[in-house]
Amino acid sequence: MTSLDRPRVEERAQPVSRSSRPAPETASARPPLDEDAGPPRTFWARHEHALLGTISMLVFLSFWEASVDLGWVNPLFTSSPSRIVRTAIEMFADGSILVDMQVSGFEFIVGYGAAIIIGVPLGILMGWYSRVDAVLDPFVSALYATPRIALLPLVMIWFGIGLMSKVAIVFLGAIFPILVNTITGVRTVNADFVKVARSFGSNDWQMFLTVVLPSSVPLLLTGLRLGLGHALVGIVVGEMYGATHGLGFLIATAGARFQTDKVMVGIIIIAAAGIVMTGLLRLIERRFERWRPSVGG
Amino acid sequence: MGAMRRAKLEVRGVSLDLYNERTRKSLPVLRDLDFEVFDGELVSIVGPSGCGKSTFLNAVDGLIRVSSGEILVDGRAVSGPGPDRAMVFQHDSLFPWRTVRENVMYGLDLQGRLAKSERRERALALVELVGLTGFADHYPHELSGGMRQRVNIARALVMEPQLLLLDEPFAALDAQTREFMQVELLKILARAKTTALFVTHQINEAVFLSDRVVVFSARPAGIKDIIPVDLPPERSLPVKLQPPFLEFEQRIWRLIEQEAHKTGMLTVA
Repeated sequence: MTSLDRPRVEERAQPVSRSSRPAPETASARPPLDEDAGPPRTFWARHEHALLGTISMLVFLSFWEASVDLGWVNPLFTSSPSRIVRTAIEMFADGSILVDMQVSGFEFIVGYGAAIIIGVPLGILMGWYSRVDAVLDPFVSALYATPRIALLPLVMIWFGIGLMSKVAIVFLGAIFPILVNTITGVRTVNADFVKVARSFGSNDWQMFLTVVLPSSVPLLLTGLRLGLGHALVGIVVGEMYGATHGLGFLIATAGARFQTDKVMVGIIIIAAAGIVMTGLLRLIERRFERWRPSVGG
Repeated sequence: MGAMRRAKLEVRGVSLDLYNERTRKSLPVLRDLDFEVFDGELVSIVGPSGCGKSTFLNAVDGLIRVSSGEILVDGRAVSGPGPDRAMVFQHDSLFPWRTVRENVMYGLDLQGRLAKSERRERALALVELVGLTGFADHYPHELSGGMRQRVNIARALVMEPQLLLLDEPFAALDAQTREFMQVELLKILARAKTTALFVTHQINEAVFLSDRVVVFSARPAGIKDIIPVDLPPERSLPVKLQPPFLEFEQRIWRLIEQEAHKTGMLTVA
């Protein structure tokens, strides 16, 4: 993403500096400070990327709305922004969607939470103690390679069609990326830091707290982010496969009845939840990474 | 420097073999080392590259066990890392997520003996001692190489060790910074009144800093010679250009050259 951004920024920066450069030559009396500061940055210049993104989104939504209104496409297939908003208001008003959100929310929080609570400590143990790794690695490798969705029928047999089967599938989806990234994070701890800690008399627990944990933070958070995506997939697919409530169930049943508006509402809520939680993780990451030198401008 | 000098560090018949798990071979690194470092002395160890100087220092720190013989600090045998010794590492190895002050506090944090405010105060005093006043709350990546090594030294000195171990601490610095840091180190050690064992591959650094220079032979390293450096205790950079200094340097260089030839390493005098 950033590598794509860079050239664009430079292209934008160049015309500005080019236009400011001739000025000192023609009017040499100009104070040098002006040349350094450049022309005052407009509102547009300061927010160019955000504004461009907003505009492109608005153009897309208008085009969508217009193509339905003008009869170019059948709203049965595509719905339209206004229909989606209207349906969403109705669903919130009669409270039907709140139940689905609660159910999916519960499945997510319990499944993803358990994946973190078990995955992170287990990953640290497996990364640090080679014997623990030797015992557990065959299971982790085998399950990591298995598409966890393929386990759904088994999970349903074991836990039934209620909440617990979805909690289990969310857990299974989220724990492996968390586990594998934590293990890698611990294994790639700088050996010099370990030596320093030993020299200063650190015990194992202090080693975890002062060396292993801080140096594993970047990979640990990568694991949490990947696990988040898998957890959301787990909710949707699990509920589509067998459930009585939930956003995935809503999407599946509404889709079967050609209620495109309702399908879209479900999709948007899940996507929004994903975006918000990824943003939260990024905030946490920034909090832990404030010591890191920034790369680029 | 009287006749009744007390030994801070005693090395008694120390041999050390390192076992390589990959090749499944045992490599003899140190053979029958015998020497001592007296209270308040700065002793340097020099020797041909790869002769085991750093390994020996790690053994004194307690990070590696010796195969036979004994290392005593203040008469007590070393069996692991302890608060009576502190190491200044070759790569500064500062924790990038800790500020300068927090890095210096590290050893005290692990001990947990002092209240946090006391730890912070002591760390700050050391930050000032090594000449980094005003940088206590900076992160390591915001400092130059020389400044980072000062933090590295402060991190060890804050433990108030009986014996300070320095493992080629200036090896990664540019030539200029290195010379200045040598002078600074002498000042810092004089203020801290610490006994020090210094490993280096630079002969002129060893002569400049030391009261005595221990020359290791090629691996397995034994002691080739121990040379007292009878130069005035007040040392400044111009000393390096005077004839007595150069004589010491050449004498040690010849010893190392003989050893380097044994290992088949080509040398240019």
